Amino acid sequence: MAALVEINHLTKRFSFLTAVDDISFGVDKGEVLGFLGPNGAGKSTTMKMITGFLTPDAGKVQIGGVDIVDQAVAVKKRIGYLPEGAPLYPDMTPAAFLHFVGAVRGFSGEELRKRIRDTVDKVHLTSVLEQSIGTLSKGFKRRVGIAQAILHDPEVLILDEPTDGLDPNQKQEVRALIRNMATDKAIILSTHILEEVDAVCNRVIIVADGKIVADGTPSQLEAKSPHHNAVTLVVSDVDQRHVQQQLELLTGVASAQCVVQDNCVHCTVYPANGNPILAAVSGIARERAWNVEELHVQRGRLDDVFRTITTKE
Amino acid sequence: MSSVWIIAKRELSGYFTTPIAYVFIVIFLFLNGVFTFYLGSFFERGQADLITFFGFHPWLYLALIPALTMRLWAEERKAGTIELLLTLPVSMFEAVLGKFLATWIFAAIALSLTFPMWLTVNYLGQPDNGVILASYFGSLLMAGAYIAIGSCISALTKNQVIAFVITVVICLIFLLSGFPLVLDFFSGWTPEILVRAISGLSFLTYFDDISKGIIELRDIVYFVSLIIFWLFANAVLIEVKKAD
Repeated sequence: MAALVEINHLTKRFSFLTAVDDISFGVDKGEVLGFLGPNGAGKSTTMKMITGFLTPDAGKVQIGGVDIVDQAVAVKKRIGYLPEGAPLYPDMTPAAFLHFVGAVRGFSGEELRKRIRDTVDKVHLTSVLEQSIGTLSKGFKRRVGIAQAILHDPEVLILDEPTDGLDPNQKQEVRALIRNMATDKAIILSTHILEEVDAVCNRVIIVADGKIVADGTPSQLEAKSPHHNAVTLVVSDVDQRHVQQQLELLTGVASAQCVVQDNCVHCTVYPANGNPILAAVSGIARERAWNVEELHVQRGRLDDVFRTITTKE
Repeated sequence: MSSVWIIAKRELSGYFTTPIAYVFIVIFLFLNGVFTFYLGSFFERGQADLITFFGFHPWLYLALIPALTMRLWAEERKAGTIELLLTLPVSMFEAVLGKFLATWIFAAIALSLTFPMWLTVNYLGQPDNGVILASYFGSLLMAGAYIAIGSCISALTKNQVIAFVITVVICLIFLLSGFPLVLDFFSGWTPEILVRAISGLSFLTYFDDISKGIIELRDIVYFVSLIIFWLFANAVLIEVKKAD
């Protein structure tokens, strides 16, 4: 059974540069796919091909089994898209703009008004509905962009950096909005912000130089981090070198790094093979009767993984 | 087909939410008056017709229509909204036609506001109103050709000033190809048929007929095929250049 969004061997070349190089993946309803990668990795180009703005040089994009190049208009009806930077017509008001988008999407009369009302409520735009878009703040502009993308309740939602340039509160709002829509849609969003992936995505694809370099759930990727299952231990009243020695002698421990800070010894203990070592570490602390101030397991950091896999080649 | 109309409506209201519409209409009417009454010696001629009025239209359009069309695609490209527009469920054909129609309707509005001119000649004498009506129709048809050229050129660039200048130059070539200035240059040494072909490309050749009230099928075919050609080129250009 093919996924709702099927991407097969997608390739796009710009004169000297292969921006997207043979990318394939599928996204199904209920999935929120985080599309990660350094600037220029090909994220936006891929999204532009999925939404039918750019024509691929090779490969296919199919939504529900229908090719976007063959039946562009029919497929575009099923997609909502927020382009990078949320471009909008600055001379229009949000009300007029949403009316325009809704009308093009085939709604009219009471149905159109109801959809605009519901969407405006969802993204909290009511207060600025009659101001011209050019005068709105960045946060409001982004919300207008999101509103036009979800107005027709699409099965497939493509969001290119939906929270870029928003303040922390607005970011939280947008993420909550995305999470709420996740159950009955296939959502692809690109981002630079790794915490965002943790907050909203249940799948991550990392691209570099136009190729997919990692694909998995956020926790699978975190497991690739050297920090995965590492243990942080803070003890006071103990000699730093002694603690480090003891920790490194433990079975299952690859190495330990200890530094003295504020009269406490802060240690990070790295496991061999990523296996859990919390029990061993807490065991030795109890055995030696160290004065433990803090003890916890690290989950692994996505940004470490991101950095290692996008820079090694 | 309804998408064409929705796009046209948005584009048309875009003219009126900015000062463009008002500035354009005022200047268009003002220049029409100046040209007809002063340069065209309307009163001195002592004839109740609008031949001088329409005679200036090709030149008036040359300066003013590119100002209407320069934003059509250049602005969309600059603001990035072209990505929004072309990922909506509309075909390229509908988008191009919608924008073209919006500008054409706007030109029709501006043209129809010259009606005091028509009232004036009817007050002063008994003009042939059939001829005047035909001339209005022909003038609008010619405006359509200017708009199609301008729309196509606007798709070439993100810069509205460049779009304006190139459109003026191309329209000027289409205008002058029927003028002695260009034709004399060719007539001495090129075969008659080529000279005829070159003059056959000119707006003026066809518009002259129409402004005298004679609408022939070939005049209509000429302008309509010019519009279709440039709009087709417009769609192709956007398809090719939308990535940059």
